[in-house]
Amino acid sequence: MLGEGILKGLAETARNFAGSFVSKERLTTVQYPEERAPAIEASRVFPFLVYDGPEWEAGLRCVACQICEKECPPKCIYIEKSKDKKPDYVGKLQIYPARFDIDVSVCMSCQICVEVCPFEAIKMDTEFELATDDRFGGLLHDRKSLAKSNEYYHTIHPTEAAEVDARLAEEKAKVEEKARAAAAAAAAKAAEAPKSEAPKTGEGTEAQ
Amino acid sequence: MSELELESWNRPPVVDMDGDLLEVAMGPHHPSTHGVFRMDVALDGEKIVKLKPVFGYLHRNHEKLGEGNSYLASMPYTDRLDYICSMTNNWAYAVAVEKLAGQEVPERAEYVRVIVGELTRVQNHALSVGFLIQDMGASGTPLMYAFKARENILDLFESLSGSRMMCNYFRFGGLRVDPTAEWLDRTRQVVAELPQFVDEFEQLLVSNEILMARTQGVGVLPKELARNAGATGPVLRASGINYDIRKVDHYGIYDRFSFKVPLGEHGDVYDRFMIRLLELRQSIEILEQALKDIPGGPVMDPKAKIRNFRPKAGEAYGRIEAPKGELGFYLISDGGPNPYRYRVRPPSFVNLTTLEDMCLGHNVADVVLILGSIDIVLGEVDR
Amino acid sequence: MTSSFAENLDQIFVLLKHWIVALVPVPLQPLVGAVLSVAAIIVVFATLFAIAVLMERKGLGRMQNRYGPNRVGPLGILQPAADGIKALIKEDVVPYNADHVVHFLAPIVLVVVVFMGYAVLPIGRNMTFVPMDAGLLFYFAMGASAELSVFMAGWSSRNKYSMLGAMRAIAQMISYEIPLLMTSVIVVMMTGSLSLDKIAEVQNQYTWGLPHWFVFTPMGFAAFVMFAIAATAETNRSPFDLPEGESEIIAGYFTEYSGFKFAEFFLGEYVAMLSISGLGATLFLGGWSAPLEVLNVVPSWFWFVVKIMTAMCVFIWMRGTLPRLRQDQLMNFAWKFVLPMTLLDLMVAGLWRFMGEGILRWVVCSAILLAAYVIGGRAGMKREQFGPRSYRYAE
Repeated sequence: MLGEGILKGLAETARNFAGSFVSKERLTTVQYPEERAPAIEASRVFPFLVYDGPEWEAGLRCVACQICEKECPPKCIYIEKSKDKKPDYVGKLQIYPARFDIDVSVCMSCQICVEVCPFEAIKMDTEFELATDDRFGGLLHDRKSLAKSNEYYHTIHPTEAAEVDARLAEEKAKVEEKARAAAAAAAAKAAEAPKSEAPKTGEGTEAQ
Repeated sequence: MSELELESWNRPPVVDMDGDLLEVAMGPHHPSTHGVFRMDVALDGEKIVKLKPVFGYLHRNHEKLGEGNSYLASMPYTDRLDYICSMTNNWAYAVAVEKLAGQEVPERAEYVRVIVGELTRVQNHALSVGFLIQDMGASGTPLMYAFKARENILDLFESLSGSRMMCNYFRFGGLRVDPTAEWLDRTRQVVAELPQFVDEFEQLLVSNEILMARTQGVGVLPKELARNAGATGPVLRASGINYDIRKVDHYGIYDRFSFKVPLGEHGDVYDRFMIRLLELRQSIEILEQALKDIPGGPVMDPKAKIRNFRPKAGEAYGRIEAPKGELGFYLISDGGPNPYRYRVRPPSFVNLTTLEDMCLGHNVADVVLILGSIDIVLGEVDR
Repeated sequence: MTSSFAENLDQIFVLLKHWIVALVPVPLQPLVGAVLSVAAIIVVFATLFAIAVLMERKGLGRMQNRYGPNRVGPLGILQPAADGIKALIKEDVVPYNADHVVHFLAPIVLVVVVFMGYAVLPIGRNMTFVPMDAGLLFYFAMGASAELSVFMAGWSSRNKYSMLGAMRAIAQMISYEIPLLMTSVIVVMMTGSLSLDKIAEVQNQYTWGLPHWFVFTPMGFAAFVMFAIAATAETNRSPFDLPEGESEIIAGYFTEYSGFKFAEFFLGEYVAMLSISGLGATLFLGGWSAPLEVLNVVPSWFWFVVKIMTAMCVFIWMRGTLPRLRQDQLMNFAWKFVLPMTLLDLMVAGLWRFMGEGILRWVVCSAILLAAYVIGGRAGMKREQFGPRSYRYAE
């Protein structure tokens, strides 16, 4: 009969109209900014630099290897190496970035910098309310504004941060293990040294 | 007022001295041209006599950028080609590079690829049909329903890859991240709710007399013309030709799933959008089977290189059945870290060449519908 | 003579007007009375316009599973005020080549003409502003003048899109004037008078508590349906809103209007919708009479407003659901389906009169109309070869 399809369509719309008052799953609007949609853990917006410990400059994990700068597709990262060195999380002296700028208006949030970083130093942030009225400088984030603590990293990506911490702790344990083994070997060699006189110089050079 | 000297591609289609034909430029600022797209139309009253599509307003140098960037760095750019279906764009590129470098993909990765690919197809077809109805003037109601279903799928993509639309999820030889069991459960839930959405959608649309009057018999694409023009995807299948790359190439593990390919008869706008709805249902079938059979294991070969990836010199053409048609990537490698030539074969661009033939003799109001039924995305057409 | 509270409430506006007019010296009384009525109509229907606009946006929103506007004022009540202020402070852009005088006059003509239509609508018992003997004729004269303003707008803009839109609008409005008129003629035939208050009064009788509204008779119901379709087309509402095509020709005949002139067109369109709903309510739904006899305690003007707001809700409902018809399909529908059905309906109305009282005339008239509708519908669809299709799958 003519008009039947139209009536079915009208019935469908009426059902949605009535349903939107009653069920929450029909009306899925989130009243931003009073409410927020539930945050999804894996979401990525723009990168940030992780630092361990209370001080950002001392604890910054980045060693300015510039791998992320090379791999970044739109080339939005600009790094300048420092002249001096500072100790990293296992105590080794590393250079650090004197400048680390990310132009957030160029960054396309592809996460390749995170993937290629060998030092777990750069991770993806979830903060998106970055609007500023300074068109030229406001979106160029420098080292200080990019540095955020490891605790913050735990709050936004808990499982990932836990994995990273476990991996770093393992690395640190391995390094310490090796150091202890080397120290033990050196101590053992030093203890054996007074017993034999002749091969002392040979062993001395070997122990170097 | 002085006359501007316009280039040949920018001049209106007909220089009509008698003034009988009305020349109208639809776009590039237009609510219904699916992006920045211009159509120079010559009208005789309300009938179309000549139509010339003008595009290039969204050209972003994708292929030249591909020559300057490494293979991995081009992956996020492929997300932005057909910006609605980023996962299938990634897949086509990954297939091409894997062919070039001779890499194998682990089985679990293949299953997850099928799952995200079919989810992409579902949300693309829902969106395309929703926009077609919106262009017809239903003030957005079916569109909102389609978007609500699409939101669930986009939330899944966000928890898997980190981003709703620009996923950057595929890697050469597998995937970037292994989906957890919890994600698979949520996907099963979303897929279980999809048939209800499709039923509601169909009830609103399929037997609606106004819709039938607007779309049946409009924009007919004859079989031979579709085949000769190189059209692929739902546009081709609605004209009656059985060509689905999932069945022809047997790429990935599509052989293991049983699904049917719907075919149309008349090749008009109604057929094209009904074929999309039927394909949506078939995608739900594939998803259910894949989610049931997915095995464990790694999703990426641990020895595969991320940095300094240098495939041997050679060339490869990898293609998949993207939701819009055949999406292909042609790569020539000279042994270095960047490709020598990087070419995209976009389905929307090739399907768009049939636009003029479909529109001749119809009204202006039909042009918008016909364009919507080809389902173009300007990111792909212009690259 | 003690009037009950209900009667007083019913006539409250009439009593108020008489009281104010009595305060003024005798020579000025007709003028003051007229000015009061005009002011009341403009204020009341402009407020109803604001409510209707808000209802539309929120109603469409709910149908699309979202909130409508809800930021301006609680539940978005002050949104029409915000829209009005926005329209007033916008820059008024007039194209250089446009015909300035006609461009300026077009929205004014529209607003004036649609408000004139309210002069003959019986808004309540004894509440018609100008109780004319040929009120229906006056109403249609005003309705046709609205089409003039549409064409003025399209022509003066010197814009291809506007011309296209104006041509389409004129063709559509002219084609649907005829079914509109013919369906009203059916009511005139049954009442025997062109005066709208008489038509409303005739329907104010009750049998077993149910009213004698014309919509409850078979040919009245068919006429009501066709009146509704023609009314939707007259006011350029979905599914007949191709002239203001939005997706295709941006805004049709009012593309070149901005700021307050655009707001006037908008106002004109909605007030015309309210006005034609008022006419439909008067002709078919009993005007100011209550649905059940017991509900006569509620004032008559309240029922009138309820009926026109319900009609607005139906307009909004149709807008949210239905895609629009193409121009030639619209005209085909008018001339090849609605017009013959209207003529058949006229003949059935005559037959009704001829057959005299009893159940037989109900059965016969309903049967004729139903059969004509079903057969006509089937034939129409088959000629155009529309119909649901089934699809095959590849092997």
